[in-house]
Amino acid sequence: MRIALFVTCLADTMFPAAAQATVRLLERLGHEVVFPAEQTCCGQMHINTGYQKDAVPLVRRHVRTFAGYDVVVAPSGSCVGSVRHQHAMVAAAAGDEGLAARAGDVAARTYELSELLVDVLGVEDVGAYYPHRVTYHPTCHSLRVLRVGDKPVRLLRRVRGLDLVELPAADQCCGFGGTFAVKNADTSTAMLTDKMRHVLATGADVCTAGDASCLMHIGGGLSRLHTGVRTVHLAEILAATEAAR
Amino acid sequence: MTRRTFLGMPGPRDGGPGEHPVTAPRGVGHLRGDESFPAAARKALADPQLRRNLAHATTTIRGKSARVIAELPDWQQLRDAGSALKADTMARLPELLEELEAAVTAAGGVVHWATDANQANRIVADLVRATGADRVIKVKSMATQEIGLNEALQEAGVTPVETDLAELIVQLGDDRPSHILVPAIHRNRAEIREIFLRAMPGVDPGLTDEPAVLAAAARRYLRETFLRTPVAVSGANFAIAETGTLAVVESEGNGRMCLTLPDTLITVMGIEKVVPTWQDLEVFLQLLPRSSTGERMNPYTSMWTGVTPGDGPQNVHLVLLDNGRSAVLADPAGRQALHCIRCSACLNVCPVYERTGGHAYGSVYPGPIGAVLSPQLTGVPDNASLPYASSLCGACYDACPVRIDIPSMLVHLRNQAPHPRTESAAMAAAAYTMDRPRLYAAAQRAARLTRLAGRRGRGLPPPLTGWTASRDLPDPPPETFRDWWARR
Ligand code: SF4
Repeated sequence: MRIALFVTCLADTMFPAAAQATVRLLERLGHEVVFPAEQTCCGQMHINTGYQKDAVPLVRRHVRTFAGYDVVVAPSGSCVGSVRHQHAMVAAAAGDEGLAARAGDVAARTYELSELLVDVLGVEDVGAYYPHRVTYHPTCHSLRVLRVGDKPVRLLRRVRGLDLVELPAADQCCGFGGTFAVKNADTSTAMLTDKMRHVLATGADVCTAGDASCLMHIGGGLSRLHTGVRTVHLAEILAATEAAR
Repeated sequence: MTRRTFLGMPGPRDGGPGEHPVTAPRGVGHLRGDESFPAAARKALADPQLRRNLAHATTTIRGKSARVIAELPDWQQLRDAGSALKADTMARLPELLEELEAAVTAAGGVVHWATDANQANRIVADLVRATGADRVIKVKSMATQEIGLNEALQEAGVTPVETDLAELIVQLGDDRPSHILVPAIHRNRAEIREIFLRAMPGVDPGLTDEPAVLAAAARRYLRETFLRTPVAVSGANFAIAETGTLAVVESEGNGRMCLTLPDTLITVMGIEKVVPTWQDLEVFLQLLPRSSTGERMNPYTSMWTGVTPGDGPQNVHLVLLDNGRSAVLADPAGRQALHCIRCSACLNVCPVYERTGGHAYGSVYPGPIGAVLSPQLTGVPDNASLPYASSLCGACYDACPVRIDIPSMLVHLRNQAPHPRTESAAMAAAAYTMDRPRLYAAAQRAARLTRLAGRRGRGLPPPLTGWTASRDLPDPPPETFRDWWARR
């Protein structure tokens, strides 16, 4: 299958390893990955911070960039959530019904990584090998906006060598929330502290999730406290193989 | 009765006729805080007692509620029904309110229309004064707190006595409520004992902090007050347009005392509380207790229809309160906030509320629903930090028994908030750059070099200081994804 990668601005700039892993994984599974270079950012930060008007050109660009592809994948529940639940609304609010319709079209063909693997490609065992004790944080937008359910966990369970430990209070927000983490830094930190407490209680070496943004936040806290626990994107775990070690 | 500015119609406003519907006036009531949410939250986060009480109470009630909700196979359909009933009600609020007025009047009640908090307070104070009473007993009510009725009554020489136990604790402690349903959630029993000893008339000086002893002391004080007070003030959970029936649901029975013993009963109710028919309660009375207290049915449901000669209050008044609700109704993207049945489920599941408590929101309506309702009632600039008091995690939307899409409303209201100038400039610059891929790629590389030149992940300049105060930034990667892709 020919799959267009929507890399997301955060993975592109700060966490290319997660995006590279997405490419390696899909190619290993026998698919062709293309990267439309005209893409930049879905506009979620603008939309969620109250700058919906500024986001209109970004929505237009995103829709134009991905209109020609049958399947689009992003290694981010949050950005797919924005594409699926906000783009058409932003376009309609700006009075551009044509764009809203096209945005709805693109949204219907855009998948978060675990959705693509399980629902579209029909795989749960991706042939990965990752010999670590891992806990999975579901991330709010994957959980409650996309409703990916246990798809990521089903994928992780099939990874050889991986010891999956359940995260207590997993469905609680980690406190990232985009600009919330800066505008309400104290409350965000209080939420992060509880999330880290739960991660540490599992005894895992690695905390994984399907969103680089939440991982940047959780990982930033774990690093600041020198906990020795790392954050690794789900795509990197699924892309890891014994041969690659 | 006069009716002026309801339902999105242009009406009088300070400084002449306004083009916008009237928002709740300043200087009266409790819809605005003294400081921004982040500043108030910072103080609350440092209070260990508050943190412990909140975590315990919200976790307990979440568990209870989840258990009784799981018993109902048709819970999701009930939510759909509740949502549809509210949408229908808002779509024809004017006619339903007139129907309600006619039905209440026909049953011997008197209906008053209050454009705002000042007018409502005046109406109630005049009604109480006309009875000659210098004291009223109160049923727990959000609407009367919203308008600051207790303060207004005191100014008029009338002493209001709260009869809900938690509300009484708040009142005697000269405090503010911090939860819709559990107003004294921020207090422990040692503090409650001290408050009673200090402020409860006729209290036993040997009072201990045993919950049963504290409850008995409150009961003694309240019973005596019930029997000697001829006027009660209440809110209403529902008002049935078809029959003119008002309904109050509660747990303690103190509300029932107030609603039945006095001679005069004055009910202050937001105009959005009307429901079309008696049968609609079938839906709401299943949704409300399960979402709020985690009970299958609330212990006391009191309903009254005007005056029943020789039984219960013989003078029954209903004050219909707008106080900004027409302004909320006028915004199609915001009016869902009026669907709220005040169950407080969204507070109990909110990770922000669980850590900051209610006071940080500055309004009588805290938590997720407060973050969308208060700014709309007052106009967003008067509560500009509230739409941002959420990580948009979506837990409130999942919990709401009438499916109010609070996250989308928060995002909508953020567009109406005044933005800091530097932030606006940065956002505009980011949008400009992100619409130009080559410029964007150059900016990515420049940012990487700046980061490499600086220290690792600590002490970023404002506004990013908030990030690096508690979190490291990852090391800049060797190259961006698009550079990697290009050389592949
Ligand atoms: S918004 Fe929904 S969940 Fe929150 S108090 Fe109102 S009805 Fe309950």
